[in-house]
Amino acid sequence: MCAFPGVENPGDSIMAAKPKLYYFDGRGRMEPIRWLLAAAGVEFEEEFLETSKDLEKLRNDGSLMFQQVPMVEIDGMKLVQCRAILNYIAAKYNLYGKDTKERALIDMYIEGVADLNEMYLFWSISPPNEQAAKMTQMKDKIANCYLPAFEKVLKSHGQDYVVGNRLSRADIHLVELLYTVDELDPSLLANFPLLKALKTRISNLPTVKKFLQPGSPRKPPLDEKNLAKVKEIFQLK
Amino acid sequence: MAAKPKLCYFRGRGRMESIRWLLAAAGVEFEEEFIETREQYEKLQKDGRLLFGQVPLVEMDGMVLTQTKAILSYLAAKYDLYGKDLKERVRVDMYADGTLDLMMMIALAAFKTPGEKEENLALVVKKAKTCYFPAFEKILKDHGEDFLVGNKFSWADVQLLEAILMVEELDASVLSDFPLLKVVCEQPHKAQEAMNRDKDFSKICLQAFKTRISSIPTIKKFLQPGSQRKLPPDSHYVKTVRKVLQL
Repeated sequence: MCAFPGVENPGDSIMAAKPKLYYFDGRGRMEPIRWLLAAAGVEFEEEFLETSKDLEKLRNDGSLMFQQVPMVEIDGMKLVQCRAILNYIAAKYNLYGKDTKERALIDMYIEGVADLNEMYLFWSISPPNEQAAKMTQMKDKIANCYLPAFEKVLKSHGQDYVVGNRLSRADIHLVELLYTVDELDPSLLANFPLLKALKTRISNLPTVKKFLQPGSPRKPPLDEKNLAKVKEIFQLK
Repeated sequence: MAAKPKLCYFRGRGRMESIRWLLAAAGVEFEEEFIETREQYEKLQKDGRLLFGQVPLVEMDGMVLTQTKAILSYLAAKYDLYGKDLKERVRVDMYADGTLDLMMMIALAAFKTPGEKEENLALVVKKAKTCYFPAFEKILKDHGEDFLVGNKFSWADVQLLEAILMVEELDASVLSDFPLLKVVCEQPHKAQEAMNRDKDFSKICLQAFKTRISSIPTIKKFLQPGSQRKLPPDSHYVKTVRKVLQL
Protein backbone atom coordinates (compact mmCIF):
# COMPACT_ATOMS: atom_id res chain seq x y z
CA MET A 1 0.00 0.00 0.00
CA CYS A 2 1.45 3.34 -0.98
CA ALA A 3 1.74 5.91 1.73
CA PHE A 4 1.90 8.94 -0.50
CA PRO A 5 -0.70 10.77 -2.61
CA GLY A 6 -0.84 10.43 -6.38
CA VAL A 7 -1.47 6.70 -6.47
CA GLU A 8 -5.08 6.75 -5.38
CA ASN A 9 -8.16 5.62 -7.24
CA PRO A 10 -9.37 8.53 -9.43
CA GLY A 11 -12.80 8.14 -7.82
CA ASP A 12 -11.31 8.97 -4.43
CA SER A 13 -10.36 12.48 -5.45
CA ILE A 14 -14.01 13.44 -5.69
CA MET A 15 -14.56 12.81 -1.99
CA ALA A 16 -11.62 12.66 0.38
CA ALA A 17 -11.18 9.20 1.92
CA LYS A 18 -12.09 8.97 5.59
CA PRO A 19 -9.18 8.64 7.99
CA LYS A 20 -8.57 5.01 8.91
CA LEU A 21 -7.43 3.98 12.36
CA TYR A 22 -5.40 0.81 12.93
CA TYR A 23 -5.47 -0.49 16.51
CA PHE A 24 -7.15 -3.07 18.70
CA ASP A 25 -10.83 -2.73 19.59
CA GLY A 26 -10.28 -0.81 22.80
CA ARG A 27 -9.13 2.52 24.21
CA GLY A 28 -5.39 2.18 24.79
CA ARG A 29 -3.39 4.87 23.03
CA MET A 30 -5.91 5.41 20.24
CA GLU A 31 -8.81 6.75 22.29
CA PRO A 32 -7.67 10.42 22.41
CA ILE A 33 -7.43 10.29 18.61
CA ARG A 34 -11.01 8.98 18.36
CA TRP A 35 -12.22 11.74 20.69
CA LEU A 36 -10.44 14.48 18.75
CA LEU A 37 -11.64 13.34 15.33
CA ALA A 38 -15.17 12.98 16.68
CA ALA A 39 -15.09 16.41 18.31
CA ALA A 40 -13.91 17.89 15.00
CA GLY A 41 -16.89 16.24 13.31
CA VAL A 42 -14.69 13.96 11.20
CA GLU A 43 -16.04 10.50 10.33
CA PHE A 44 -13.44 7.75 10.39
CA GLU A 45 -13.05 4.04 9.76
CA GLU A 46 -11.31 1.52 11.97
CA GLU A 47 -9.43 -1.68 11.29
CA PHE A 48 -9.10 -3.73 14.46
CA LEU A 49 -6.16 -5.97 15.23
CA GLU A 50 -7.52 -9.25 16.60
CA THR A 51 -4.32 -11.30 16.92
CA SER A 52 -0.55 -10.87 16.99
CA LYS A 53 -0.57 -12.09 13.38
CA ASP A 54 -2.51 -8.98 12.38
CA LEU A 55 0.19 -6.82 13.96
CA GLU A 56 2.88 -8.91 12.27
CA LYS A 57 1.21 -8.34 8.91
CA LEU A 58 1.14 -4.55 9.38
CA ARG A 59 4.82 -4.64 10.34
CA ASN A 60 5.74 -6.77 7.34
CA ASP A 61 3.76 -4.49 5.01
CA GLY A 62 6.08 -1.66 6.04
CA SER A 63 3.07 0.29 7.27
CA LEU A 64 4.43 1.04 10.73
CA MET A 65 7.44 3.32 10.77
CA PHE A 66 8.65 2.19 14.21
CA GLN A 67 6.84 -1.16 14.17
CA GLN A 68 4.16 0.16 16.54
CA VAL A 69 0.51 1.09 16.54
CA PRO A 70 -1.46 3.40 16.72
CA MET A 71 -1.28 4.07 13.01
CA VAL A 72 -3.65 6.42 11.18
CA GLU A 73 -4.01 6.65 7.42
CA ILE A 74 -5.00 10.21 6.62
CA ASP A 75 -4.49 12.55 3.65
CA GLY A 76 -2.34 10.02 1.83
CA MET A 77 -0.01 9.45 4.77
CA LYS A 78 0.50 6.59 7.21
CA LEU A 79 1.05 8.36 10.52
CA VAL A 80 2.42 6.83 13.71
CA GLN A 81 3.26 8.32 17.13
CA CYS A 82 0.15 9.54 18.98
CA ARG A 83 1.40 13.06 19.61
CA ALA A 84 2.30 13.56 15.95
CA ILE A 85 -1.12 12.27 14.86
CA LEU A 86 -3.01 14.40 17.38
CA ASN A 87 -0.96 17.51 16.53
CA TYR A 88 -1.80 17.04 12.83
CA ILE A 89 -5.52 16.58 13.45
CA ALA A 90 -5.69 19.52 15.87
CA ALA A 91 -3.92 21.87 13.46
CA LYS A 92 -5.90 20.70 10.45
CA TYR A 93 -9.24 21.24 12.18
CA ASN A 94 -8.27 24.49 13.84
CA LEU A 95 -8.30 23.19 17.41
CA TYR A 96 -4.76 24.24 18.31
CA GLY A 97 -5.04 27.85 19.46
CA LYS A 98 -4.38 30.98 17.43
CA ASP A 99 -0.58 31.29 17.71
CA THR A 100 2.57 29.58 19.02
CA LYS A 101 2.13 30.92 22.55
CA GLU A 102 -1.41 29.53 22.83
CA ARG A 103 -0.13 26.31 21.34
CA ALA A 104 2.60 26.14 23.98
CA LEU A 105 0.00 26.44 26.73
CA ILE A 106 -2.24 23.86 25.08
CA ASP A 107 0.72 21.51 24.70
CA MET A 108 1.75 21.93 28.32
CA TYR A 109 -1.76 21.09 29.55
CA ILE A 110 -2.32 18.15 27.23
CA GLU A 111 1.08 16.60 27.96
CA GLY A 112 -0.04 16.52 31.60
CA VAL A 113 -3.24 14.77 30.53
CA ALA A 114 -1.15 12.37 28.44
CA ASP A 115 1.02 11.50 31.47
CA LEU A 116 -2.08 10.61 33.45
CA ASN A 117 -3.43 8.59 30.51
CA GLU A 118 -0.15 6.62 30.58
CA MET A 119 -0.66 5.82 34.25
CA TYR A 120 -4.20 4.69 33.48
CA LEU A 121 -3.01 2.55 30.56
CA PHE A 122 -0.36 0.79 32.61
CA TRP A 123 -2.79 0.30 35.48
CA SER A 124 -5.32 -1.36 33.14
CA ILE A 125 -2.82 -3.94 31.91
CA SER A 126 -0.98 -4.62 35.15
CA PRO A 127 -1.40 -7.88 37.07
CA PRO A 128 -4.31 -7.90 39.57
CA ASN A 129 -1.98 -7.96 42.60
CA GLU A 130 -0.32 -4.73 41.48
CA GLN A 131 -3.46 -2.85 40.54
CA ALA A 132 -4.50 -1.70 43.99
CA ALA A 133 -1.20 0.09 44.66
CA LYS A 134 -1.19 1.64 41.18
CA MET A 135 -4.79 2.81 41.64
CA THR A 136 -3.92 4.50 44.95
CA GLN A 137 -0.96 6.26 43.33
CA MET A 138 -3.07 7.36 40.38
CA LYS A 139 -5.94 8.68 42.52
CA ASP A 140 -3.43 10.60 44.62
CA LYS A 141 -1.98 12.28 41.53
CA ILE A 142 -5.45 13.00 40.16
CA ALA A 143 -6.74 14.54 43.37
CA ASN A 144 -3.61 16.41 44.49
CA CYS A 145 -1.78 17.33 41.30
CA TYR A 146 -3.69 17.24 38.05
CA LEU A 147 -7.25 18.27 38.90
CA PRO A 148 -6.14 21.17 41.13
CA ALA A 149 -3.80 22.38 38.38
CA PHE A 150 -6.56 22.44 35.76
CA GLU A 151 -9.14 23.94 38.12
CA LYS A 152 -6.62 26.70 38.84
CA VAL A 153 -6.16 27.39 35.12
CA LEU A 154 -9.92 27.75 34.64
CA LYS A 155 -10.22 29.93 37.71
CA SER A 156 -7.34 32.19 36.61
CA HIS A 157 -9.18 33.45 33.51
CA GLY A 158 -12.79 32.56 34.32
CA GLN A 159 -13.47 31.67 30.68
CA ASP A 160 -15.51 28.86 29.20
CA TYR A 161 -12.55 27.12 27.59
CA VAL A 162 -9.13 26.11 28.85
CA VAL A 163 -7.11 28.25 26.39
CA GLY A 164 -7.78 31.39 24.38
CA ASN A 165 -11.47 31.72 25.16
CA ARG A 166 -12.44 29.26 22.44
CA LEU A 167 -12.69 25.55 21.90
CA SER A 168 -9.38 23.73 21.44
CA ARG A 169 -8.02 20.23 21.78
CA ALA A 170 -7.13 21.08 25.38
CA ASP A 171 -10.85 21.04 26.25
CA ILE A 172 -11.41 17.74 24.45
CA HIS A 173 -8.46 15.88 25.97
CA LEU A 174 -9.22 17.24 29.44
CA VAL A 175 -12.90 16.30 29.27
CA GLU A 176 -11.98 12.81 28.04
CA LEU A 177 -9.80 12.54 31.15
CA LEU A 178 -12.63 13.76 33.38
CA TYR A 179 -14.85 10.98 32.06
CA THR A 180 -12.14 8.45 32.89
CA VAL A 181 -11.74 9.92 36.37
CA ASP A 182 -15.49 9.73 36.83
CA GLU A 183 -15.42 6.03 35.91
CA LEU A 184 -12.65 5.35 38.42
CA ASP A 185 -14.23 7.31 41.27
CA PRO A 186 -16.90 10.01 40.84
CA SER A 187 -16.07 11.52 44.23
CA LEU A 188 -12.70 12.69 42.83
CA LEU A 189 -14.46 15.45 40.90
CA ALA A 190 -16.52 16.66 43.84
CA ASN A 191 -14.28 19.57 44.82
CA PHE A 192 -13.71 20.94 41.34
CA PRO A 193 -16.75 22.97 40.28
CA LEU A 194 -15.13 24.63 37.28
CA LEU A 195 -13.96 21.31 35.87
CA LYS A 196 -17.42 19.84 36.36
CA ALA A 197 -18.93 22.81 34.52
CA LEU A 198 -16.40 22.41 31.68
CA LYS A 199 -17.27 18.72 31.42
CA THR A 200 -20.97 19.53 31.10
CA ARG A 201 -20.41 22.36 28.63
CA ILE A 202 -18.12 20.35 26.31
CA SER A 203 -20.37 17.30 26.54
CA ASN A 204 -23.21 19.40 25.15
CA LEU A 205 -21.35 20.37 21.97
CA PRO A 206 -23.20 18.56 19.17
CA THR A 207 -20.23 16.54 17.93
CA VAL A 208 -19.16 15.52 21.43
CA LYS A 209 -22.75 14.76 22.45
CA LYS A 210 -23.01 12.42 19.46
CA PHE A 211 -19.75 10.70 20.40
CA LEU A 212 -20.99 10.14 23.95
CA GLN A 213 -24.04 8.25 22.73
CA PRO A 214 -24.16 4.43 22.52
CA GLY A 215 -23.16 3.08 19.14
CA SER A 216 -20.43 5.68 18.57
CA PRO A 217 -16.79 4.68 18.01
CA ARG A 218 -16.07 5.46 21.67
CA LYS A 219 -14.62 2.42 23.42
CA PRO A 220 -15.44 1.00 26.86
CA PRO A 221 -12.85 0.32 29.59
CA LEU A 222 -10.79 -2.84 29.18
CA ASP A 223 -12.55 -5.98 30.39
CA GLU A 224 -10.95 -9.38 31.13
CA LYS A 225 -11.64 -10.82 27.71
CA ASN A 226 -10.12 -7.86 25.90
CA LEU A 227 -7.18 -7.71 28.29
CA ALA A 228 -6.27 -11.25 27.26
CA LYS A 229 -6.56 -10.25 23.61
CA VAL A 230 -4.34 -7.17 24.11
CA LYS A 231 -1.68 -9.30 25.82
CA GLU A 232 -1.68 -11.73 22.92
CA ILE A 233 -1.57 -9.05 20.20
CA PHE A 234 1.32 -7.17 21.80
CA GLN A 235 2.95 -10.27 23.28
CA LEU A 236 2.87 -8.82 26.79
CA LYS A 237 3.57 -10.97 29.83
CA MET B 1 17.28 42.97 24.33
CA ALA B 2 15.22 39.86 25.08
CA ALA B 3 16.22 37.90 28.15
CA LYS B 4 17.88 34.56 27.51
CA PRO B 5 15.79 31.45 28.07
CA LYS B 6 16.36 30.03 31.53
CA LEU B 7 16.45 26.28 32.03
CA CYS B 8 15.84 24.71 35.42
CA TYR B 9 16.82 21.06 35.89
CA PHE B 10 19.38 18.73 37.41
CA ARG B 11 23.00 19.02 36.26
CA GLY B 12 22.69 16.19 33.77
CA ARG B 13 20.90 15.06 30.63
CA GLY B 14 17.59 13.50 31.67
CA ARG B 15 14.61 15.09 29.99
CA MET B 16 16.29 18.46 29.49
CA GLU B 17 19.09 17.44 27.13
CA SER B 18 16.99 17.49 23.95
CA ILE B 19 15.95 21.03 24.85
CA ARG B 20 19.60 22.06 25.27
CA TRP B 21 20.42 20.51 21.88
CA LEU B 22 17.58 22.33 20.12
CA LEU B 23 18.42 25.72 21.62
CA ALA B 24 22.10 25.20 20.77
CA ALA B 25 21.27 24.10 17.21
CA ALA B 26 19.17 27.25 16.77
CA GLY B 27 22.13 29.33 17.98
CA VAL B 28 20.24 30.53 21.05
CA GLU B 29 22.22 31.25 24.22
CA PHE B 30 20.57 30.12 27.42
CA GLU B 31 21.11 30.15 31.17
CA GLU B 32 20.75 27.24 33.53
CA GLU B 33 19.71 26.87 37.16
CA PHE B 34 20.73 23.49 38.53
CA ILE B 35 18.64 21.70 41.11
CA GLU B 36 20.85 20.20 43.74
CA THR B 37 18.73 19.93 46.88
CA ARG B 38 15.24 18.88 47.92
CA GLU B 39 14.72 22.38 49.36
CA GLN B 40 15.30 24.01 45.96
CA TYR B 41 12.76 21.68 44.41
CA GLU B 42 10.16 22.29 47.10
CA LYS B 43 10.62 26.03 46.66
CA LEU B 44 9.95 25.72 42.93
CA GLN B 45 6.75 23.84 43.71
CA LYS B 46 5.64 26.29 46.38
CA ASP B 47 6.35 29.23 44.07
CA GLY B 48 3.86 27.70 41.65
CA ARG B 49 6.33 27.53 38.79
CA LEU B 50 5.80 23.82 38.15
CA LEU B 51 2.33 23.26 36.71
CA PHE B 52 2.29 19.55 37.50
CA GLY B 53 5.01 19.63 40.12
CA GLN B 54 7.68 18.52 37.66
CA VAL B 55 10.80 19.67 35.85
CA PRO B 56 12.08 20.37 33.15
CA LEU B 57 11.15 24.01 33.50
CA VAL B 58 11.98 26.64 30.88
CA GLU B 59 11.23 30.30 31.35
CA MET B 60 11.22 32.30 28.14
CA ASP B 61 9.21 34.93 26.28
CA GLY B 62 7.27 35.71 29.44
CA MET B 63 6.09 32.11 29.83
CA VAL B 64 6.77 29.52 32.51
CA LEU B 65 6.82 26.28 30.52
CA THR B 66 6.97 22.70 31.70
CA GLN B 67 6.46 19.42 29.82
CA THR B 68 9.39 18.53 27.59
CA LYS B 69 7.46 18.05 24.35
CA ALA B 70 5.54 21.31 24.79
CA ILE B 71 8.84 23.15 25.21
CA LEU B 72 10.50 21.41 22.26
CA SER B 73 7.53 22.13 19.96
CA TYR B 74 7.53 25.78 20.94
CA LEU B 75 11.26 26.11 20.24
CA ALA B 76 10.99 24.27 16.93
CA ALA B 77 8.21 26.59 15.77
CA LYS B 78 9.89 29.74 17.04
CA TYR B 79 13.23 29.02 15.38
CA ASP B 80 11.79 27.73 12.11
CA LEU B 81 12.90 24.15 12.63
CA TYR B 82 9.46 22.60 12.21
CA GLY B 83 9.02 22.18 8.44
CA LYS B 84 7.21 24.56 6.11
CA ASP B 85 3.64 23.27 6.42
CA LEU B 86 1.40 20.86 8.26
CA LYS B 87 2.46 17.79 6.25
CA GLU B 88 6.14 18.48 6.91
CA ARG B 89 5.44 19.24 10.54
CA VAL B 90 3.74 15.88 11.13
CA ARG B 91 6.81 14.15 9.76
CA VAL B 92 9.11 16.18 12.01
CA ASP B 93 6.86 15.24 14.96
CA MET B 94 6.85 11.54 14.03
CA TYR B 95 10.62 11.37 13.67
CA ALA B 96 11.30 13.47 16.78
CA ASP B 97 8.97 11.38 18.94
CA GLY B 98 10.54 8.14 17.71
CA THR B 99 14.00 9.32 18.72
CA LEU B 100 12.71 10.72 22.01
CA ASP B 101 11.27 7.28 22.86
CA LEU B 102 14.68 5.72 22.25
CA MET B 103 16.55 8.34 24.28
CA MET B 104 14.07 8.11 27.17
CA MET B 105 14.78 4.40 27.46
CA ILE B 106 18.45 5.27 27.95
CA ALA B 107 17.71 8.02 30.46
CA LEU B 108 15.44 5.78 32.54
CA ALA B 109 17.87 2.83 32.47
CA ALA B 110 20.26 4.85 34.65
CA PHE B 111 17.80 4.46 37.55
CA LYS B 112 17.46 0.68 37.40
CA THR B 113 19.38 -1.93 39.37
CA PRO B 114 22.73 -2.87 37.71
CA GLY B 115 21.42 -6.12 36.16
CA GLU B 116 18.22 -4.51 34.86
CA LYS B 117 20.16 -1.50 33.59
CA GLU B 118 22.47 -3.66 31.49
CA GLU B 119 19.50 -5.58 30.12
CA ASN B 120 17.60 -2.39 29.26
CA LEU B 121 20.60 -0.76 27.58
CA ALA B 122 21.21 -3.91 25.51
CA LEU B 123 17.57 -3.74 24.44
CA VAL B 124 18.00 -0.09 23.46
CA VAL B 125 20.96 -0.92 21.23
CA LYS B 126 18.98 -3.77 19.68
CA LYS B 127 15.97 -1.52 19.01
CA ALA B 128 18.23 1.15 17.54
CA LYS B 129 19.84 -1.37 15.20
CA THR B 130 16.73 -3.27 14.15
CA CYS B 131 13.97 -0.69 14.27
CA TYR B 132 14.86 2.98 14.67
CA PHE B 133 18.04 3.45 12.66
CA PRO B 134 16.85 1.33 9.72
CA ALA B 135 13.69 3.49 9.60
CA PHE B 136 15.75 6.68 9.34
CA GLU B 137 18.23 5.12 6.94
CA LYS B 138 15.28 4.32 4.66
CA ILE B 139 13.92 7.87 4.83
CA LEU B 140 17.29 9.35 3.87
CA LYS B 141 17.77 6.76 1.13
CA ASP B 142 14.29 7.26 -0.34
CA HIS B 143 14.60 11.00 -0.90
CA GLY B 144 18.38 11.26 -1.13
CA GLU B 145 18.33 14.71 0.49
CA ASP B 146 20.68 16.09 3.12
CA PHE B 147 18.04 16.46 5.83
CA LEU B 148 15.20 14.29 7.07
CA VAL B 149 12.32 16.57 6.12
CA GLY B 150 11.74 19.04 3.32
CA ASN B 151 15.36 19.34 2.26
CA LYS B 152 15.91 21.72 5.15
CA PHE B 153 17.49 21.46 8.60
CA SER B 154 14.83 20.78 11.25
CA TRP B 155 14.25 19.62 14.83
CA ALA B 156 14.12 16.03 13.51
CA ASP B 157 17.75 16.20 12.34
CA VAL B 158 18.92 17.55 15.70
CA GLN B 159 17.14 14.78 17.61
CA LEU B 160 18.41 12.05 15.31
CA LEU B 161 22.02 13.19 15.70
CA GLU B 162 21.55 13.37 19.47
CA ALA B 163 20.13 9.83 19.47
CA ILE B 164 22.91 8.46 17.23
CA LEU B 165 25.61 9.86 19.52
CA MET B 166 23.82 8.57 22.63
CA VAL B 167 23.52 5.05 21.25
CA GLU B 168 27.13 5.13 20.03
CA GLU B 169 28.15 5.77 23.64
CA LEU B 170 26.61 2.39 24.43
CA ASP B 171 27.94 0.62 21.32
CA ALA B 172 30.46 2.42 19.15
CA SER B 173 29.84 0.12 16.20
CA VAL B 174 26.09 0.68 16.00
CA LEU B 175 26.12 2.52 12.68
CA SER B 176 28.56 0.19 11.00
CA ASP B 177 25.97 -2.58 10.91
CA PHE B 178 24.14 -0.92 8.08
CA PRO B 179 24.99 -2.50 4.71
CA LEU B 180 25.20 0.86 3.01
CA LEU B 181 27.61 2.03 5.67
CA LYS B 182 29.99 -0.93 5.52
CA VAL B 183 32.05 0.67 2.77
CA VAL B 184 32.17 4.01 4.53
CA CYS B 185 33.20 2.61 7.91
CA GLU B 186 35.26 -0.52 7.23
CA GLN B 187 37.11 0.56 4.17
CA PRO B 188 37.41 4.31 4.55
CA HIS B 189 40.05 4.58 1.81
CA LYS B 190 37.64 2.91 -0.62
CA ALA B 191 34.76 4.91 0.81
CA GLN B 192 36.39 8.19 -0.08
CA GLU B 193 36.90 6.83 -3.60
CA ALA B 194 33.28 5.74 -3.81
CA MET B 195 32.07 9.06 -2.45
CA ASN B 196 34.23 11.02 -4.87
CA ARG B 197 32.95 8.91 -7.73
CA ASP B 198 29.32 9.23 -6.79
CA LYS B 199 28.38 12.23 -4.70
CA ASP B 200 24.89 10.83 -4.15
CA PHE B 201 26.23 7.73 -2.42
CA SER B 202 27.66 9.75 0.42
CA LYS B 203 24.33 11.42 0.96
CA ILE B 204 22.29 8.34 1.60
CA CYS B 205 23.67 6.82 4.76
CA LEU B 206 23.39 7.55 8.45
CA GLN B 207 27.13 7.84 8.93
CA ALA B 208 27.22 10.61 6.33
CA PHE B 209 24.19 12.22 7.98
CA LYS B 210 25.98 12.19 11.30
CA THR B 211 29.08 13.83 9.80
CA ARG B 212 27.04 16.39 7.92
CA ILE B 213 24.84 17.50 10.85
CA SER B 214 27.82 17.56 13.25
CA SER B 215 29.51 20.05 10.92
CA ILE B 216 26.76 22.61 11.11
CA PRO B 217 28.45 25.54 12.96
CA THR B 218 25.98 25.75 15.89
CA ILE B 219 26.05 21.98 16.38
CA LYS B 220 29.84 21.85 16.04
CA LYS B 221 30.10 24.45 18.79
CA PHE B 222 27.75 22.48 21.05
CA LEU B 223 29.84 19.33 20.54
CA GLN B 224 32.99 21.00 21.80
CA PRO B 225 34.18 20.65 25.41
CA GLY B 226 33.01 23.53 27.61
CA SER B 227 29.60 23.76 25.99
CA GLN B 228 26.37 23.23 27.97
CA ARG B 229 26.05 19.69 26.68
CA LYS B 230 25.82 17.32 29.63
CA LEU B 231 27.58 14.03 30.30
CA PRO B 232 25.90 10.61 30.43
CA PRO B 233 24.23 9.90 33.79
CA ASP B 234 26.72 8.76 36.45
CA SER B 235 26.09 7.54 39.99
CA HIS B 236 26.32 11.08 41.42
CA TYR B 237 23.58 12.27 39.04
CA VAL B 238 21.33 9.32 39.87
CA LYS B 239 21.88 9.89 43.59
CA THR B 240 21.03 13.61 43.33
CA VAL B 241 17.85 12.98 41.36
CA ARG B 242 16.70 10.27 43.75
CA LYS B 243 17.33 12.56 46.70
CA VAL B 244 15.55 15.58 45.20
CA LEU B 245 12.53 13.68 43.87
CA GLN B 246 12.44 11.32 46.86
CA LEU B 247 12.34 8.28 44.57
